[in-house]
Amino acid sequence: MYGGGNTFEGIKTDSVAQEDPQKLAEFEARIARGEKIEPTDWMPQLYRKQLIRMIEQHAHSEIIGALPEGTWITRAPGFKRKMSLMAKVQDEVGHAQLLYSAAETLGKSREQMIDDLITGKSKYSNIFNYPTFTWADCCFISWLVDAGAIVNQLANAKGSYGPYCRALDRICAEESFHLKYGHHCVIYLAAGTAKQRSMFQEALNRWWPPMMHFFGPSDKISVHTEVLMRWKVKMGTNDDMRNQFLDMYVPKILELGFTIPDPKLKKNPDTGRWDYTEPDWEEFKRVINGDGPCNKERLEVRRIAEERGRWVREALKSPKAAYVTPLA
Amino acid sequence: MNELALKELLYKMADDLLILGHRNSEWTGMGPILEEDIAFSSMAQDKIGQSHALFQLLHQLGEQAPDTVAFTRNAEQFHNCVLVELPNQEYDFSLIRHFLFDTADALRWEMLSRSSYEPLAQLARKIHGELRYHTLHANTWVKQLGSATEDSIGRLQRSLDEAIPFALGMFEESPYESDLVTDKVFEGEAMLKSLWMAQVEKVISATRLHLPDWKLINPVRGGRMGKHSPHLQPMLDEMSEVFRMDPTAEW
Repeated sequence: MYGGGNTFEGIKTDSVAQEDPQKLAEFEARIARGEKIEPTDWMPQLYRKQLIRMIEQHAHSEIIGALPEGTWITRAPGFKRKMSLMAKVQDEVGHAQLLYSAAETLGKSREQMIDDLITGKSKYSNIFNYPTFTWADCCFISWLVDAGAIVNQLANAKGSYGPYCRALDRICAEESFHLKYGHHCVIYLAAGTAKQRSMFQEALNRWWPPMMHFFGPSDKISVHTEVLMRWKVKMGTNDDMRNQFLDMYVPKILELGFTIPDPKLKKNPDTGRWDYTEPDWEEFKRVINGDGPCNKERLEVRRIAEERGRWVREALKSPKAAYVTPLA
Repeated sequence: MNELALKELLYKMADDLLILGHRNSEWTGMGPILEEDIAFSSMAQDKIGQSHALFQLLHQLGEQAPDTVAFTRNAEQFHNCVLVELPNQEYDFSLIRHFLFDTADALRWEMLSRSSYEPLAQLARKIHGELRYHTLHANTWVKQLGSATEDSIGRLQRSLDEAIPFALGMFEESPYESDLVTDKVFEGEAMLKSLWMAQVEKVISATRLHLPDWKLINPVRGGRMGKHSPHLQPMLDEMSEVFRMDPTAEW
């Protein structure tokens, strides 16, 4: 799942002017024809840099995103939920593995990416900086955060970089099961006791603002990304993605009898798009820059995991380690 | 057939697998490398699934539904060995525990594939195939880390020394042991233990680790009779936190 709301820093397009004009023209023509760019093909420096940034953010979002849900594996109610949630979170860690490999094809090692995550140099999806207080918060993530991620990822799977697109195709197939699992959990809360219904309503109230932030800043204030759209690095604007999510999921949430905590939320019949209270972009910026409720905790957990696992990684590099072929 | 003896056997196996599956799942998001995170999660899923299958057999024998049995008992009602309930500690301890437990578990399921209780024999033939991957995983890692650096060898050795007395507690005999053997339900803990010791010795001999003298070890018993370490009850409290909020609710 995950990996929505990529942040693109204000990009300097000057470097594009220094690229070989003929190679650049050929590159752009290939993308326009719908061809995929492969690791050994020529590509502009800016393309490589932005893709590494985007795929890396996506990979980080998968492993950091495994934490708020992972903490509920040990508390999932009943065998069915316990087994499904374990499988789901394992998928997310598997997605990180796929995505780090895709990013490595562009020249940055997994170790370097994880170092940059821990030092705060690289970002991950902002939504995972919020806490999961109850089982219903975990269900919200499984259903609606995954739903938002699928909206983004189905679009990105049509992008131009071959290894990322192929990873996304596989990821989206698995995500569709997560979505079913999450929806199923929420249906049980909706059809359950008064306490279960109020648990989910409270979770929805807590998670709606971060969910609206999830797709990234409004097009009115986000940095210009035309060149990234032309190169099929970014496949849709943040507002387009947000609208698509609202189109698909607002009716489903209301159908279950829940209330969305935004009095202005309604579809505008004239524009065909959703009107809503403008999300608090100052909060978004504050959280993405490290000052959210869980940023420190998430990175600390990741740092501790890296630290505790260092001896294993060192031992594997030792020439004395008996190389064992498991299936021999 | 002594049904009490059969149930006792099924309960201890189901509880071992539930508790160790739960412990393995605690590695999710915390593994030393992503590949190990994923591997421990896979094994956790297998174990919880196997536990569920055993609780279903118990349900068919008149016990309560799997969720009720797994999520509402207290520590003294659990029959797992103490080894599986110990906290994960560092990866070296989790790996050594996984190696010692799964070596026994693979042999146990293989023995049970010949059980005179046909539903158990059928289940064993299916599950035995899953265990092959668990032992392959354990043996591979124990051999590699048990021969790599001074640090990795030292860590594995300390964990092995710590875990062995608990591992021997896996073979604590049931009060009905002789009935199980006579009825050919299960060939018995004593036979399992001797097969296990031979297999453990074989893998460890391919490393720079050494095993203690078996005769000098005092096994930690009691788990099969509901006598547990202080670690089990808090783990069960966490596991059942949501389920117990409203036991009549469906989740």
